[in-house]
Amino acid sequence: MAKILMKGNEAIAEAAIRSGCRLYFAYPITPQSELIEYMARMMPKVNGTFLQAESEVAAINMVYGAAGSGKRVMTSSSSPGISLKMEGISYIAGAELPAVIVNVQRGGPGLGDIQPAQGDYFQATKGGGHGDYRLIVLAPASVQEFADMASEAFELADKYRNPVMILADGMLGQMMEPVEFKEALTDAEIEELPKKHESWCICPNEDGDKKHHHEINSLEIDPVVLEKHVTKLYEKYAEIEKNEISYERYNISDDNEVLCVAWGTASRIVKSAINEVKKDGKSVGMIRPIKVWPYPYEAIAQAIGPKVKKVYVFELNTGQMLDDVKIAVAGKVPVEFWGKVGGVVFTPAEIKEKLEACFKE
Amino acid sequence: MEKISYRPESLTQTPFTYCPGCLHGVAHRLIAEAVDEHGLINKMAGVAPVGCSVFAYKFFNFDMAEAAHGRAPAVATGIKRARPDMHVFTYQGDGDLAAIGTAEIVHAANRGEKISVFFVNNAIYGMTGGQMAPTTLPDMKTTTSPYGRDTDDIGYPIRVCELLDTLVSPYYIERVSLLSTADILRAKKAVSKAIQYNKEGRGFTFIEFVSTCPTNWGLDPLKARTWAKENMLPFFKLGCFRDKGAE
Repeated sequence: MAKILMKGNEAIAEAAIRSGCRLYFAYPITPQSELIEYMARMMPKVNGTFLQAESEVAAINMVYGAAGSGKRVMTSSSSPGISLKMEGISYIAGAELPAVIVNVQRGGPGLGDIQPAQGDYFQATKGGGHGDYRLIVLAPASVQEFADMASEAFELADKYRNPVMILADGMLGQMMEPVEFKEALTDAEIEELPKKHESWCICPNEDGDKKHHHEINSLEIDPVVLEKHVTKLYEKYAEIEKNEISYERYNISDDNEVLCVAWGTASRIVKSAINEVKKDGKSVGMIRPIKVWPYPYEAIAQAIGPKVKKVYVFELNTGQMLDDVKIAVAGKVPVEFWGKVGGVVFTPAEIKEKLEACFKE
Repeated sequence: MEKISYRPESLTQTPFTYCPGCLHGVAHRLIAEAVDEHGLINKMAGVAPVGCSVFAYKFFNFDMAEAAHGRAPAVATGIKRARPDMHVFTYQGDGDLAAIGTAEIVHAANRGEKISVFFVNNAIYGMTGGQMAPTTLPDMKTTTSPYGRDTDDIGYPIRVCELLDTLVSPYYIERVSLLSTADILRAKKAVSKAIQYNKEGRGFTFIEFVSTCPTNWGLDPLKARTWAKENMLPFFKLGCFRDKGAE
């Protein structure tokens, strides 16, 4: 299929539809409006459901109902709206339902602004909603990757019966890049998808003689039973940590004097700076977590080459992934952080300057 | 010998967890009987609320979802849109539906969502121990209105049927009571009609049950019914507000 020039917000919507998503519930918010508008245009053409909910709270609870019915379902929002969805996300995780949530992050806290930021890392990877649960979190760095993550997110959600978040930002949502889509699932394939869930989900009872009573539920009033449930969830999360870590190694070699760690939009800018210092004969590598949960702790530890003087973390926040990098580095070398906030995005020249300062030390 | 009393197939064998004299069991039974009557047990899905009837998902003998507080109409919307071949209802109390879930109920009704909503109004929060509800009557004492509901301070009870009756889309809205045998029989007809309209995919159907809370009102079950007849019914008038099927 030929490449098409598309905004990230539209590319993820198209890719979700191609991945068999026929139910989408959301509430408008900048900078993800193109996503909801694309769904409004396209869902009726594939006999899918587009519903503009009365709030993000209602939208995520519609997702809970649809996911509890075993169908591929998605919602999307931007930071303040994602905060509103957190109650529902906790219930979805507790009830072990497969669902995909897209966060096109903007500046915060509060209303913040509508420019790209990475301030929701803690919320996405360390909880956000109440209780002991984990989200699988995919962090794209290009429009192509944003689109590719749609099918991966639905597959992971189905495989683990767990909510999956795609953690993008206003830059990825708004910018246009060439994107090539995977072949769309056929109607027959989409019809097959919920069948693997029909042992537990809300569905008609085809065998009329044998009553089935499926409960979509996160309530266990008996502490011993709830303990068992939460323990089972944690065993599942351990399995996800074992199987699903993904990251990119960029320019990693034994010559690296600095190892950078960056994710999403920030990582693109760091890459440009790495290429710039290379021209001056300086070797800098980068680990880019592609999933930010489960997190590639070992990959970072292993990438610290013999000449690395420092691990440098660059983020569009005040240092949120930084904590995870420190866990990975475990004091072997110093870890430094530099970030920009409020929707202000650093430039390759600024990162280059930071890297050059390391060589002078 | 003819069997004249039996447990509806649409109820599980799980014993109810309600207080003595509580009318939730009656409301559950009416719904289960209607589901049986219309032959929908294999295509029915219910959504339970947060409140005294939080365990309703254990009591109905078909697929059930337990919703977050107030969100049952949104959850039901998700189920109905995902499984249009199924029939979906919510079961909600007054705190759940008329306070924290006001947006969800108004917008589900306004969309004409093809679900049934069964709303139990007993003018108090039961599960959490008798706090003021959005439907608590003026001057009524509760644990969070210990001097009586002060309407100057906190306003008047919300009449949900009347509120929803201002919307264009709802198909059927009726307020019934569970306060006497005759009223329960009238309620049974209303529930059956709502389930029938649901079966036929007509639109949004809403039944409010005026009920009691002997435990938190501090009255025995019979006195509670008398109190409700004398105090609730003048404010929450029984009747059919909307029946597009009868027009």
